[in-house]
Amino acid sequence: MNKILLIIKREYLSRVKKKSFILITLLGPILMVGIMIIPIWLSMQKSEKQKIEVIDESFLFTDLIPEKDIVHFDYPPITIQQARDGFFDTDYDAILWIPKNVLNGGQKGIQLLFKKQLSNASQQHIEYSLNKMLYEVMLAKNNVNIDFIKDAKEKSTIKMFTKQLDEVGNEKNTNTGLYMGIGLVAAVMIYFFIFMYGVQVMRGVMEEKTSRIVEVILSSVKPFQLMMGKIVGVALVGLTQFLLWVILSTTLYSFAAATVLKDIDMKQIQAKEQVIKIGENLDYENMGKNEEPNEMTQLWNDFKSVDMASMLLCFLFYFLAGYLMYSAMFAAIGAAVDSEADTNQFMLPITIPLIFSFGIAQTVMQDPQGSLAVWFSMIPFTSPVVMMVRLPFGVPAWEIALSMVFLILGFLFTTWLAARIYRTGILMYGKKVSWKELGKWLFYKG
Amino acid sequence: MNILSAKNIVKKYASHTALDDVSLDIPAQSVFGLLGPNGAGKTSLIRIINQITGPDSGEIFFENEKLSSKHVEQIGYLPEERGLYKKMEVGEQALYLAQLKGMKKAEAKKKLKYWFEKFEMDAWWNKKVEELSKGMQQKVQFIVTVMHEPKLLILDEPFSGFDPINANLIKNEILNLKKQGSTILFSTHNMGSVEELCDNIALINRSKKIVDGSVKDIRKENKSNVIEIEFTGNMMGFTNSLWTYGKLGEHSVEGEICKAQIQLTPGSTSNQLLSSILSAVEIHSFKELVPSMNDIFIKKVSEGNALGTQSNFTE
Repeated sequence: MNKILLIIKREYLSRVKKKSFILITLLGPILMVGIMIIPIWLSMQKSEKQKIEVIDESFLFTDLIPEKDIVHFDYPPITIQQARDGFFDTDYDAILWIPKNVLNGGQKGIQLLFKKQLSNASQQHIEYSLNKMLYEVMLAKNNVNIDFIKDAKEKSTIKMFTKQLDEVGNEKNTNTGLYMGIGLVAAVMIYFFIFMYGVQVMRGVMEEKTSRIVEVILSSVKPFQLMMGKIVGVALVGLTQFLLWVILSTTLYSFAAATVLKDIDMKQIQAKEQVIKIGENLDYENMGKNEEPNEMTQLWNDFKSVDMASMLLCFLFYFLAGYLMYSAMFAAIGAAVDSEADTNQFMLPITIPLIFSFGIAQTVMQDPQGSLAVWFSMIPFTSPVVMMVRLPFGVPAWEIALSMVFLILGFLFTTWLAARIYRTGILMYGKKVSWKELGKWLFYKG
Repeated sequence: MNILSAKNIVKKYASHTALDDVSLDIPAQSVFGLLGPNGAGKTSLIRIINQITGPDSGEIFFENEKLSSKHVEQIGYLPEERGLYKKMEVGEQALYLAQLKGMKKAEAKKKLKYWFEKFEMDAWWNKKVEELSKGMQQKVQFIVTVMHEPKLLILDEPFSGFDPINANLIKNEILNLKKQGSTILFSTHNMGSVEELCDNIALINRSKKIVDGSVKDIRKENKSNVIEIEFTGNMMGFTNSLWTYGKLGEHSVEGEICKAQIQLTPGSTSNQLLSSILSAVEIHSFKELVPSMNDIFIKKVSEGNALGTQSNFTE
């Protein structure tokens, strides 16, 4: 027992001390947080206020286009030709040219001429404002009461709330999209972890075999101890990496939120207020966006309705048990072959169940309590991925327990099987191994 | 007392039998040579003694106790195909292997320091194995095999792959360890080293043990009773003086000196032969030709193979 601890320690330390491990562990969270934060940060960057000279030949918009913190409009009384000629002597960033016949089909002739590309936000603002103003003018021109339209829009927009009703009559908010997201993320991570660390076990076994250290070690410990020591050591590496990622990501995120994104929330609120103000008249486009703050809170509430603690526990269980089950088989492959090139023929059959469970994830999401979903969340080879997809939708406790028991049994079975192949293969050199050969090894006496 | 006894070991693989009813006794504090051509079953036997694999039938006793996992710590093993973790530092790796053999860390460190100094390799402690030359790696492997002071040291083809200087170093260490009370079992093709080092041998061919015993006895048993004589005088008179004590074999004349090999007839002694030729010629040298281990090895193996083919025919 003491020796297996020594092996675990070596396997663990030799991997954790590697530069590549440290690099990936550090870069992972930076990348993740970066992906979340940089777009927000960029969009929140205060761009320089852009000055735009409006040549409004229709006089419909003069002095009326709403100002914004990023754009400022001037309405000089000059012709478009004059504006164009003198453009580079002025400090204007762009010329907005509205032709005379804008109400009679000329709206498509509106042009924005610029020195350098305007920011997306400014362009959108201009386009949106002109659009809205034109719309109102057109309605008024045809004697349509704007209030009617506004009222009708408001009263005909629906948002369906979905709630789950349990036996006791309690209502529970559900959010299918959110559950799909959570389930999918968890399933992807499990798939990724099993694969990544399984291959690490296989490589480690092959390294021992090809460097021929294995015979020296086997004169001190049993093959099973060596195999399990490696599997457990690598599992601990995986857990370490996962936990470090979680810890680093959260600290990094809160740090970034506290510094870089400090005043973003205020701005977001201001921006929304502005949108609402504009929409006071008529807001066809932004009808949905007005709901946004509510939707965010709703999403957050739904998020809280998922039992994250038990999700995390289940994730850790399915990650560990799934990894243990697959890695034993990866170890057997590593022991059976002489070189990396030979691994392919054995890798594929082993990874097919994993890939398959991904293939049916879509179907499982559509019908998380269907028989397909239930069956494949019981079968040990597919349960780690399929059960993670089902979990956010709520799975009866007895099903989870049964699936866990099956997974543990599956792990014991594959480990027993793998150990028999491992102990023969690890000392077998220069032999092209076939499936038939592996079958024979199962029945060799130790 | 025997440090190790193997009794009727049988090991079969799918297509062939690696060991067929092999029994061995290895006396304590001796050097035991396990000989045999490639594929005879030496490595299979060694792996069974190291408990890397188990026999299909038969038993092994270590100091009269049935061999079990607790004996692992009293055996040191240097396999024929040997290697180390390439990316691991030398000192760290040696410590790890020592601990796997049941040594305490502090104790292992002390022992390793002693050996590293002895082999003048202190400076390598923090180097990665892949930075060392092949010869250096072999030294490390040897140290790793002996550092826990095993009662039984098993060396599979220890001299293959060693350069002459390292081979000599290892040879001296083997004799040293024997003096300190260790028993050494080694397998080899190198017959020169057998005569130099071994007290006892066993010869395995085609999965079966065909000869075993002390080197002295085996050579005595296999002596050919051929005597080589150098003399000056008449070859004819020499031949006549042999009487019935011996038969003339190969002979040559170089100037005045004649050289002749005499096969003693059964029942005759070399003294009888000597006194009989004494009066006929002038003798310069008189010596019994003793077969080398190499000759015995080749003779036994080819005898065995001839028998093997014969029995195949009769089947």
